[in-house]
Amino acid sequence: MQLVATPFFFYLLSGLSLLGGVLVITRRNPVHSALALILTLLALAGIYLMLYAPFVAGVQIILYAGGIMVLFLFVIMLVSIEKAEKERQFNKLWLVGIPATFAFGTVIVYIFTRSKILPVLLKKPAPVLLESNNTQQVGLVLFGNYVLAFEIASLLLLVAIVGAVVMAKKRI
Amino acid sequence: MLQYITSYLDPNTKGTPGDVGNIFWAFVYIVLIFLGLSVAVIAMNWLERKILAHMQIRLGPMRVGPHGLLQPIADAIKLLIKEDIMPTEADKLVFWAAPLIVVITAFTTFIVVPFGPSHAVTDMNIGVLFMLGVSSLSVLGVVMAGWASNSHYPLMGALRSSAQMVSYEVAMGLAVVSAVLMTSLSGIGIYATGSASTGTGTLSMIGIVQSQMMQQTWFAFKFFPLGLIALFIFAVAMVAETNRAPFDLPEAESELTAGFHTEYSGFRWSLFFLAEYSAMIAVSSIAVTLWLGGWLRPFPNWLSGETWDMVFALFPGLTFLVLAGICFFSTMRMPKHRYFRVQTIGLAGFGAALAVIGLALFVPPVRDRIQDIYWFVAKVAVFMYLYIWYRGTFPRYRFDQLMKVGWKVLLPVGLGVLILTAVAGVF
Repeated sequence: MQLVATPFFFYLLSGLSLLGGVLVITRRNPVHSALALILTLLALAGIYLMLYAPFVAGVQIILYAGGIMVLFLFVIMLVSIEKAEKERQFNKLWLVGIPATFAFGTVIVYIFTRSKILPVLLKKPAPVLLESNNTQQVGLVLFGNYVLAFEIASLLLLVAIVGAVVMAKKRI
Repeated sequence: MLQYITSYLDPNTKGTPGDVGNIFWAFVYIVLIFLGLSVAVIAMNWLERKILAHMQIRLGPMRVGPHGLLQPIADAIKLLIKEDIMPTEADKLVFWAAPLIVVITAFTTFIVVPFGPSHAVTDMNIGVLFMLGVSSLSVLGVVMAGWASNSHYPLMGALRSSAQMVSYEVAMGLAVVSAVLMTSLSGIGIYATGSASTGTGTLSMIGIVQSQMMQQTWFAFKFFPLGLIALFIFAVAMVAETNRAPFDLPEAESELTAGFHTEYSGFRWSLFFLAEYSAMIAVSSIAVTLWLGGWLRPFPNWLSGETWDMVFALFPGLTFLVLAGICFFSTMRMPKHRYFRVQTIGLAGFGAALAVIGLALFVPPVRDRIQDIYWFVAKVAVFMYLYIWYRGTFPRYRFDQLMKVGWKVLLPVGLGVLILTAVAGVF
């Protein structure tokens, strides 16, 4: 079995996801932004595949394809595109955003250059992750160790479903 | 190099080219599947028009070639040389990308379709999930096409399509989950099967068929009638997923002219056509893999033994010989006028080609390798015929009826089947 996770694919996929991310915030047309977001999410799915997590990659594609569809429809139904293209940005969040990004970036660079634990961790041999039973492993962990957290999350989703029904119905 | 190519043909090599890591043979499989699909789409186009016509007591295409056999090729040439029109106010990039996305997603799903125990491009651990995920991306292409056309009918079609596909995907997913559940459960009491419960199931397409082989039952007949109900839910949902009659509201011609592809013409339109038919074949092959035993031959328990294996192995060749026989019969019935001389010779030649293929399929090494593919394709063909039959039989649903069927019938029944399957397997 040849190694799939070559640096070339990593740089390609991360480049694509960065490109998508930049396009999302720079495009004036919200539909184009939504499409660029898909590019980012699909590239992320590819990176999950490289990390030997095919189940997460599959779920990423299914969930986000559906999610972006709904976003797309919101844009078509709620946003007037002609107006949106002419509108000027009125909030000044970038004033806060740029320093915050730089601060976060500094932290990351600091960790990678000065950390004492990281080199030790990197020297350890990588754990053998079997791609062939990844889904089974995810299932066992999810319904074994983390079953309570899983059920709480599903309860939250149930509340959201009931809420949606209550909002949509005129008379209950 | 040559050794690298021939090493895969060694009978000791087990598994798909993707599993072995043989890039050359993976490429060969991809090309073969691509060509096979294109031929299947062409054949399906002709068959659909012919069968629909006969259902409505018409003749269908008769002019181009004998019995209109060359009609799809003539249509393809017409589409290729037609002027390619893009509306001035259309969003150029999205308009251009939409048919590409639809076609790419439709063809990509075939990577994991198991035509036989080793006849697939690759076997993925997440096979079914991959197929559902990639085919759900095709909605995106449809919505993009509808929106980018900047016109009212396409937009309406696209909105209908997205609502329909998102709601039927839920029912489809539940049916699939109940089949995946069956891979791990053996069943106890009246549902007892021969094999022991393995505890962990599988999502891999090849794995699912192999577990049907091990449990000696197709999942359609497992936990009777739960498997059949799940298959029924999937069969209804897959018609809605592929926008076919009676759920063809996104392209309802009496209401929306042609729906989301109204503004498309020429080659771009033919891409949508290609994608629609390959998506139909793709979902049919999911149904065949999950419930109808994939590449396994029918009646393995009832008609077992060496003799019956031999008889069933002769089927592929016999099918081609019967087709050739039909061709020769039609050749004799062709009008004896000299205007029809070329057509008569052509039809006889076509029959002869079919007969040669049929005879080649009787040769033992070919016969053994082709069997799996034959049974898989035969089962898919039944579903394709059903698609045509639905179109000739059912009137189109109204949109609220469509939503009602999806959310109020298929979804609760699917949930019930899922719970009962789990109960039947565990107790």
